[in-house]
Amino acid sequence: MKRRIISILAVVCGLVMTSISSSQADTISVNGAGATFPYPLYSKWFVEFGKSHPGIEINYQSVGSGAGVRQLLDKTVDFGASDAPMTNEQLAKATTPIIHIPTTLGAVVITYNLPGIGQSLKLSASVIADIFLGKITQWDDARIAQLNAGVALPKGLAILVAYRSDGSGTTAVFADYLSKVSPAWSEKVGTGTSLSWPTGLGGKGNEGVTAIVKGTVGAVGYTELTYAKTNNLPVAWVQNKAGQFIEPTPASVTAAAAATKSMPADFRVSITNADGKAAYPISSFTYLLVYQKMGSVKGQAIVSMLKWAMTDGQKMAEPLHYAPIPKAMIQKIENRIKEISLE
Amino acid sequence: MGAQELEQSSLLIPEVKSRKKRRDVHAGDRRFFWTLRAVALLILAVLIAIAVQLFLVSLPAIRHFGVGFVFSTDWNPVRNRFGAAAFVYGTVVSSVLAIAIAFPISLGVALFLNELAPRRLASAVGFLVEMLAAIPSVVYGLWGLFVVAPWLRTVFEPMMIRYFGFIPLFQGPPYGVGMFTAGVVLAIMITPTISAISREIFRAVPLSHREAALALGATRWETIRLGVLNSSRLGILGAVILGLGRALGETMAVTMVIGNRKDIALSLFAPAQTMASLLANEYAEASDDLHLSALATVGFLLFLVSFLINSLARFLVWRVESRQKEGAPR
Repeated sequence: MKRRIISILAVVCGLVMTSISSSQADTISVNGAGATFPYPLYSKWFVEFGKSHPGIEINYQSVGSGAGVRQLLDKTVDFGASDAPMTNEQLAKATTPIIHIPTTLGAVVITYNLPGIGQSLKLSASVIADIFLGKITQWDDARIAQLNAGVALPKGLAILVAYRSDGSGTTAVFADYLSKVSPAWSEKVGTGTSLSWPTGLGGKGNEGVTAIVKGTVGAVGYTELTYAKTNNLPVAWVQNKAGQFIEPTPASVTAAAAATKSMPADFRVSITNADGKAAYPISSFTYLLVYQKMGSVKGQAIVSMLKWAMTDGQKMAEPLHYAPIPKAMIQKIENRIKEISLE
Repeated sequence: MGAQELEQSSLLIPEVKSRKKRRDVHAGDRRFFWTLRAVALLILAVLIAIAVQLFLVSLPAIRHFGVGFVFSTDWNPVRNRFGAAAFVYGTVVSSVLAIAIAFPISLGVALFLNELAPRRLASAVGFLVEMLAAIPSVVYGLWGLFVVAPWLRTVFEPMMIRYFGFIPLFQGPPYGVGMFTAGVVLAIMITPTISAISREIFRAVPLSHREAALALGATRWETIRLGVLNSSRLGILGAVILGLGRALGETMAVTMVIGNRKDIALSLFAPAQTMASLLANEYAEASDDLHLSALATVGFLLFLVSFLINSLARFLVWRVESRQKEGAPR
């Protein structure tokens, strides 16, 4: 009996050993962690990339932008990912230089529960700010009615604000936009992944906010564009800097990036409240974060993945409701990728 | 085989020799003792290590804010101002609410199953109640958010506000999510714990107690009160403590239904926030050092609050116990 168990164990061990050694010989495994927002796109990317590049395996954990940056700084991952660019303070902590590679674009949309208004609500920057500040409390407020001529806004219906209770890049982008367009917001609330909200209810994640909005007539909240599109939520058209009301779509988000005139060399830039006529104003980049100096084996794998992401990868963005990087920027990003040095 | 032989031989050899040998004979026992002791100490070591680590990470925030951290309700990561009063309040109130709802129900369930129900029904229902404990908390959260909250918002809360709105506890708009919803969901989550343990305790009461009460002409209720409840007060308290422990630390389900507002409101229908749900919400995206340290301090506070409540319960148990001992001879 004992002998049989030992022989079985020996066989199992042998099998495990050979499989480990063979996988080590053939596959380069790269580990990344960070933002949850681009996760659906990244997971598709890394599967597709693995198919066309046998021998490279890319693992990505969507632990959140903040955790991604921390893990990158601690060097427990090969690359990080973040919705917001790293701050100067964070970059100063890094022991080796870090490069930001914009991979795709996202947007924050305003969703609401107003049965029977028939068409999309139109909102301006100052009205959005005052709703989320708790200054506009009724849907039939004159300032909302003025923007939505011909829409039968419900009389005397109170506005219930729903916000993300979990720290989130979505909140950061939204707060960044509101801080730019509303001095009162910038003074009272400010910008960050977790805020001290003046009014409303907090839901955890896009699904938590959506549950509050769907469940309460008169509620208004914000979610990611991709989430709103895949769940067919009603979304507001937002007035941009040029005065146009813009429907949030991948195209209008890409337009916001294309309209950004002063693109810094490291791509760390906020594109909320962008200039262009067709630009959706609550848009943002999301980034992969890589070390400028990397070991040749893993580094080569990461560089080829980044190059692939700028070409074949971009085509996969729109079907998943992500906005592709504007064509004019791709060349600049590819030049930036060339600055990565392999040891 | 070997052990048996040794045991026999030790029986045969003279007294003195056997005492010297006993140590060797029971080497296995000693190894067993040391292994168990190591395991027990390991648990203690892990507990102390967690407390120390939490405290070390919280030090910057404790130095920065001092005792004010516990009393301030201002939690603003943007401005780097942190105070945990709202979360301590939320944790304590939601847990107490949960106990207030769950305790009578659990006790009723346990009494019914043990004292009144026919055996077949009792085992079936008992099994189902215990099944409730196996449901993952995220499922409770989703159920709370999509089933309980809409019902509370449309039926229960408007009714309470209409008829009992003069009491500050039931004022304000009916959001559906909030402190009360969290209390209800938590209550359902801890009911199986409290009722299962209470059942075991009732089962441990000797049948003779019940028979004695019946023989004195007690009604069914009097039998339960005198014969069963009277002697199991301590055990029930223990069951409640275990339930309370689960309620204090519950994270996922509470986060989904409590409304996540960092305020202290008197109304039970208002949204609130607990320590555990704050950690679940903000930890992953916190990157600022002071923010992280403040979150660790909240974790440390949760540790302390659980510890304090457990100690208080132990103290109560000890007092009841000693009073019973005093009363016993009479």
